[in-house]
Amino acid sequence: MAEIAIRNVTKTYGKTTIMQGVNLTIHNGEFVVILGPSGCGKSTLLRLIAGLEEITAGEIAIAGQVVNDLEPRERGCAMVFQNYALYPHMTVAENVGYALKVAGVPKAERMARVAETAKSVGLADFLDRKPGQLSGGQRQRVAMARAIIREPKVFLFDEPLSNLDAKLRVQMRHEIRRIHNQIKATSVFVTHDQHEGMTLADRLVVMNKGTIEQVGTPAEIYDRPASLYVAGFIGSPAMNFLPGQYSAARRAVVLEGGAVIGLPGDPGASDGQFVQLGIRPEHVALRAPGHGMIDARLEIVEDLGASRLWNLRIEDIPFSLITEARAHPPVGATTGLVLDLRHAHLFDGATGKRMETTLGALRAVPAQ
Amino acid sequence: MIERTPILNLATHLILAVGLVLILVPIWLAFVAATHDLQAVNSAPVEFWPGDQLWPNLKEAWALSDFGQKFVNSFIVAIGVVVGKITLACLTAFALVFFQFRGRMVIFWAIFITLMLPLEVRIVPTYAVAANALSPFQTIMDWTGISWLLNSLAGIEVSLEWNLLNSYTGLILPLVATATGTFLYRQFFLTIPDELVEAARMDGAGPLRFLWDILIPLSKTNIAALATIMFVYAWNQYLWPLLVVTDRANYGVVVVQLSDLVPDQLTTGGGTPTWHLAMAATMVVMLPPILIVIFMQRWFVRGLINTDK
Repeated sequence: MAEIAIRNVTKTYGKTTIMQGVNLTIHNGEFVVILGPSGCGKSTLLRLIAGLEEITAGEIAIAGQVVNDLEPRERGCAMVFQNYALYPHMTVAENVGYALKVAGVPKAERMARVAETAKSVGLADFLDRKPGQLSGGQRQRVAMARAIIREPKVFLFDEPLSNLDAKLRVQMRHEIRRIHNQIKATSVFVTHDQHEGMTLADRLVVMNKGTIEQVGTPAEIYDRPASLYVAGFIGSPAMNFLPGQYSAARRAVVLEGGAVIGLPGDPGASDGQFVQLGIRPEHVALRAPGHGMIDARLEIVEDLGASRLWNLRIEDIPFSLITEARAHPPVGATTGLVLDLRHAHLFDGATGKRMETTLGALRAVPAQ
Repeated sequence: MIERTPILNLATHLILAVGLVLILVPIWLAFVAATHDLQAVNSAPVEFWPGDQLWPNLKEAWALSDFGQKFVNSFIVAIGVVVGKITLACLTAFALVFFQFRGRMVIFWAIFITLMLPLEVRIVPTYAVAANALSPFQTIMDWTGISWLLNSLAGIEVSLEWNLLNSYTGLILPLVATATGTFLYRQFFLTIPDELVEAARMDGAGPLRFLWDILIPLSKTNIAALATIMFVYAWNQYLWPLLVVTDRANYGVVVVQLSDLVPDQLTTGGGTPTWHLAMAATMVVMLPPILIVIFMQRWFVRGLINTDK
């Protein structure tokens, strides 16, 4: 159990900068998910913590001890890899017990701990099998057991679920959370799957291009995305953005097509400032053409079962909404839209930053 | 790729059959010759079916060539080459693949280039080195002036000498120092996923532990393939043992000895050529490599095609 402090960490390969001045503190016993698209540096950050990559500048401390110059084995971290990385020639028991064998734990004790750990992840019947004889989910469990048995201070997960099929992924997600609740080791979990991030995390870290965009609980990040990037990345289907200019006189956003969206509060934007109005698909309602705030042209309706996803265009800007209505108008039909502006977000068009002063005015934060 | 092409199938089988005949007929003829006596083997139409003289021929050939000691020597050399080669290749490839150090690629290419210089090509310099294994150092010291310095300062005449002629070391070492094994191992080590290396590091295994616990067990089939190839290669060596060994009685190997049985002007002195003895000896000399290949075949093939993960 340990706190991880990442201070001003930079990582470069030759002249390419992978990560620039990252600061992050992961509290003792916390489950943190690092979320981002491929190439954003999230795996690199994990590998820097593990000691598999060298830190170019800055420092990382685990449990108060700076670990920059420590070997992976001295850092007290255990890691679960994306491809499991099981030793193919060893049985499950040997795989799980290998770290103990290297550490020189006597055989009797080792076997007892292997048996106990295997039982806790449901592998008791497979101890004599080789990894090649196991299914994907079972291999994943072996990888977990191999990490658990060392009783590490810190658990690191590098996209461990991305090789599993959808159903198994949900199941293993619950399993990982259950194990975390049991042993309460500090855990860092890297993924590009926002569902994994939202469901597993105590706190989410959203990364983009080697920097941290936002840190917060899943609810905070979903309800108050700090930037255009986070707003567009979190949430499925993705948030809609309508570019426009702020008009102070009308306290409204004038969209590029000429439509005017009046705001319920003062966003603190200057007159004529270029802004992006963000609204999630579930916060838009349908009206008859001409009776909403704005009109849109229908492109495709996707049936999701419980609801329907309408893909529309406002002028040339793609826009989507989720509705429970079963109506199925023809492609190209025009429809009116009403935006629930209590749930709208306003972003600075130039910097992409959330306009913080607008939050109170625009948005009623839901009780938690 | 699976195709249904009866004509092509027939053609490929035909080629296979022809190849088989081309390889087997000479061996069959050698075997037949080994089973006849002197008259039969030298009579005009070539015998195509075995006679009854195999055992007497074998005994005579064995006694004539003093094969007992030669077989021991051949085994020592072949096994020495196999063990030396596997150890050297494994360690070299391990260093080249898993460690980052200055000049890594230069060293790799230097090793790789020796593939183009087999022993036969560089046999004269190799012989010079074998005659005095320290001569390269002597040369370096002479050239750089260290010898002169030592001579003038301390009055010591530097003359390094380590003779490898007529020794097992001399027979084995030059055959060990080739790139084939290193290359095979390197290619195999490159297929080991990075994550496996990292998992071992996370588990606390140091480099040597990783080599011993993970790489070597995983490369068992490669070891078998390399061992088979190197055994046959070392067993069949002719030129090098011929050159480096003058003390035949103690250090001669079977292949060189076998050539003495092959009849020519020198051995028969114009008499009737004793092909039956030469062929009987050939049968004996061929046996160990054949047994090794048959015994190792299963592993050997797996090691070369490398489907076993």
